[in-house]
Amino acid sequence: MMTSVNNAEMAGSDSAMIELRKLNKWYGDFHVLRDIDLTVRKGERIVICGPSGSGKSTMIRCINRLEEHQQGDIIINGREMTNDLKDIEQVRMEVGMVFQHFNLFPHLTVLENCTLAPIWVRKQPRKEAEAIAMQYLERVRIPDQADKYPGQLSGGQQQRVAIARSLCMNPQVMLFDEPTSALDPEMIKEVLDVMVELANEGMTMLCVTHEMGFAKTVADRVIFMDEGQIVEENEPESFFNNPQSERTKLFLSQILQH
Amino acid sequence: MQEKHTMPAPARHYFWNDPDKRALVFQIIVTVAILGLAFVVVENTLSNLEKRGITTGFDFLSQESGFGIIQSLVEYDETHSFGKTFIVGLLNTILVSVLGIILATVVGFLVGVGRLSNNWLVARVCGAYVEIFRNIPLLLQILFWYFAVLRTLPSPRQSLDLYDTFFLNIRGLYIPAPIFQEGAIWIGVALLLAIASVWVIKRWAEQRQLASGKTFPVFYTAAVIVIGLPLLAWFMTGQPVHWEVPALKGFNFRGGYAVIPELCALLIALTLYTASYIAENVRSGIEAVNKGQTEAAFALGLPKSRTMQLVIIPQAMRVIIPPLASQYMNLIKNSSLATAVGYPDLVAVFAGTTLNQTGQAVEIILITMSVYLLMSLLVSLLMNMFNKKMALAER
Amino acid sequence: MIVNENPVAARPAPASNRGIWGWMRQKLFSSPANTVLTVVTGWLLYIGLTPVISWSFIEADWFGSDRSACDGGACWVFITARIEQFIYGFYPEDLRWRVDLVFLQTGLLLLWLMPQSMPGKKWGVIYALSIFPISSFFLLSGGLGLEMVDTHKWGGLMLTLVLALVGIVAALPFGVLLALGRRSEMPVIRFFCTTFIEVWRGVPLITVLFMASVMLPLFVPEEVVFDKLVRALIGIVMFQSAYMAEVVRGGLQAIPRGQYEAAAAMGLGYWKMMRLVILPQALKMVIPGIVNTFIALFKDTSLVLIIGLFDLLAIVQAGLADPKWLGFAIEGYVFAGFVFWFFCFSMSRYSQSLEKRLNTGHKA
Ligand SMILES: Nc1ncnc2c1ncn2[C@@H]1O[C@H](COP(=O)(O)OP(=O)(O)OP(=O)(O)O)[C@@H](O)[C@H]1O
Ligand SMILES: [Mg+2]
Repeated sequence: MMTSVNNAEMAGSDSAMIELRKLNKWYGDFHVLRDIDLTVRKGERIVICGPSGSGKSTMIRCINRLEEHQQGDIIINGREMTNDLKDIEQVRMEVGMVFQHFNLFPHLTVLENCTLAPIWVRKQPRKEAEAIAMQYLERVRIPDQADKYPGQLSGGQQQRVAIARSLCMNPQVMLFDEPTSALDPEMIKEVLDVMVELANEGMTMLCVTHEMGFAKTVADRVIFMDEGQIVEENEPESFFNNPQSERTKLFLSQILQH
Repeated sequence: MQEKHTMPAPARHYFWNDPDKRALVFQIIVTVAILGLAFVVVENTLSNLEKRGITTGFDFLSQESGFGIIQSLVEYDETHSFGKTFIVGLLNTILVSVLGIILATVVGFLVGVGRLSNNWLVARVCGAYVEIFRNIPLLLQILFWYFAVLRTLPSPRQSLDLYDTFFLNIRGLYIPAPIFQEGAIWIGVALLLAIASVWVIKRWAEQRQLASGKTFPVFYTAAVIVIGLPLLAWFMTGQPVHWEVPALKGFNFRGGYAVIPELCALLIALTLYTASYIAENVRSGIEAVNKGQTEAAFALGLPKSRTMQLVIIPQAMRVIIPPLASQYMNLIKNSSLATAVGYPDLVAVFAGTTLNQTGQAVEIILITMSVYLLMSLLVSLLMNMFNKKMALAER
Repeated sequence: MIVNENPVAARPAPASNRGIWGWMRQKLFSSPANTVLTVVTGWLLYIGLTPVISWSFIEADWFGSDRSACDGGACWVFITARIEQFIYGFYPEDLRWRVDLVFLQTGLLLLWLMPQSMPGKKWGVIYALSIFPISSFFLLSGGLGLEMVDTHKWGGLMLTLVLALVGIVAALPFGVLLALGRRSEMPVIRFFCTTFIEVWRGVPLITVLFMASVMLPLFVPEEVVFDKLVRALIGIVMFQSAYMAEVVRGGLQAIPRGQYEAAAAMGLGYWKMMRLVILPQALKMVIPGIVNTFIALFKDTSLVLIIGLFDLLAIVQAGLADPKWLGFAIEGYVFAGFVFWFFCFSMSRYSQSLEKRLNTGHKA
């Protein structure tokens, strides 16, 4: 019963990649995140699910400071998140993020999308950055599209470019916010395949998704959120087969109906 | 819902029922009607002109004009021809348009970005600026600046002054003018040299980035070189350029450049009015860039300034530039309101004074309109080229 | 495994994030740079606005019959003493009720047609396009037993409104025809319409007005005499219909191909298809655009000053030259500016709200 908590404690804080302690956030008067505690160890793969509006996106966006929190601590790789711009920049270099709507830069080619940050943030020589970008594009299986513009690609291809673009910064953690929910069914698989591969290589991943198959195959833990708090947290097996909380049961019954 | 489709009985093939032939006949009728109208108009005009004893043709362009113009960029007095008058007016239009475009762009971009500021007060002030200036007729604004502000300024003796170098009075704005002496040419040479070396440095910085990944502060270096080198040349050659500061001599100022109040009023009004439109274009251009773009750039670790430079501005510019061009065109056309305060632009000296002197309304108005039309065509041509080049590749 | 069965109750946001202080902290003082910006802007506003407010309200004089009523501050007496002239121009005093009747109709029509849900809008439109213009014409210029009033006596706000309303209403049908012509499949028609549109859009209105005032009389046989107002109106309508055509064309382009195909499949001919299917949709879509061109036209009517008509701006300008009232230029322009601003600003707000309504209508 206590395994996952014990594991986290035994592993000690130096192998904790992300630590959220009593995290609270408000939008105006609306209390979106309420006392969130979460520790993600290096190499752990976590899937977050929950009903719409439960604060999943908000939580992972706090991790790379796309949203500001008001109370509690966020510690990434031993560095506490403060208002210090240097800290924020450092954290953003270590944390990659993939969005629901890809957010590729439409005025740049696929290759330029991938090399923009390495060149300007990591200060890599362009040649080197391009070589690395090509490697990642090969890994997501679209090296032949490198000179096209995002608008010329399918949704699935665009999302794979977005993943490659994040990987080019050589991040320690990858955040995914519903990476497949804007895709047509036949494209979902090609993106999930890439994500599974990434997981198998030991990347630390935090993934908001309702793809239960994905959760079952790769997740170490599944987290269920509702009304801005973590309601239940468990290994995928027990989470799906033996949910404890009423709210989890209700949620699972709803998504399994589809 | 049930509908019965009854086939119409096959129509007999009247000539009139063939759409192609119908279109052809229609077009012929319209052409004939328009040509006929044009013929009647020309006929009427010629007979009217004859009755009034007005000559036709473009010979008047070489006649002596007999009137002076208060501001001219080229040598001109009353002994010059009407053709020269045309040139003077055109140059004055171009002068106020170019100055207006530069100023309106600067003000417009500042206000447009200000409207999006996360500082509430700044955003509100910029919003109020836009709502005030674009909802008042430009002509009224020109008249206001001219009659209510500049015409009520004190006489030259009581001029408003800034550090005793800039003077403003009812006769206009007086600013220092550079006087070039022998050796001043070296400053120009230094400037050219500076520009050339900036180009070389830019190339070198790109190469270095390619090879080693190190970036180089090209912008600041360029700024230092472009300002520093001519300055150095100025000192080395014994300061051959100095500023002639306007000074009160008798009843008026001598020396320096005098900007006539008509130009000031027109320029202020055109700038403020057009800037309010440009600000809106800039705002909507930036807003048109999806918020996800900023977030993606931030998530990749790009700092705010780089995100602006590399992600937001290149995308916003595609949206901003086409309406910007039409605002520039509007400014050029609106500069013709100069005639209301007597600034000698093309319309005032040519379609105004010259027309009154010669009475050759048809020729003069056609020439004037053609000039503006040509400028419009030029702008839309450039715009089309730009759009073709910038169109985002889509599936 | 963690199970958290007890929901955490929502708490109010920390004080620093809430209420007026939280708001100020976020919107005005979120960083040192922002604080400086706020303070500097606030200070500039203060030193800029206090004299303006004190001049225009606190120290201002409002009523009286001549300039002796004014001492320091704005002399609004100049306006209040002449307000009738600014509204009616030189229209005979005992006949001004006729102008008032037209104003009244205009106001009622606006109340009828502008709000979203009003009964019988269709009848309102029909009234606005038939009875209203005809009755206004006779009321303003006379005839049918009413005393004739020459157009050179028209002026002030009334003339401004006449120019703008006639301009927009007359430009609409021409604009629609030109837009259809520009999208026509007949090359000759397309050529003429495109040329017409681009020529007028390429030249300044003032040259068009010059043309209308000096060239138009040359174009017609000597016996035909246009009065100055009619000449100005002809110029304005030609100019305006070119802009209107572009607005309508935008609407026509936005109609999906399927609509054309469906209408053609129903066996509708070109004119029936346009009248029954395409134009109703296209025109509805471009109402905000039409309001925007109306705003532009409303401001542009002030240009008739240059060819010697006395619209609101011109009559204020003329009042400034009155020897008894010299030196009140600022008051005059501020008043005229405010009137124009009030009309244009309200119309632009209206067009924005329409745009929003249309946009959401599409999504729903
Ligand atoms: N910028 C914002 N301002 C105010 N409220 C916001 C903002 N962003 C999100 N919210 C609110 O915060 C709550 C949580 O939003 P969030 O996007 O984190 O939900 P989510 O769990 O990701 O939902 P979904 O599955 O729909 O993406 C929602 O109720 C949302 O309306
Ligand atoms: Mg979400």
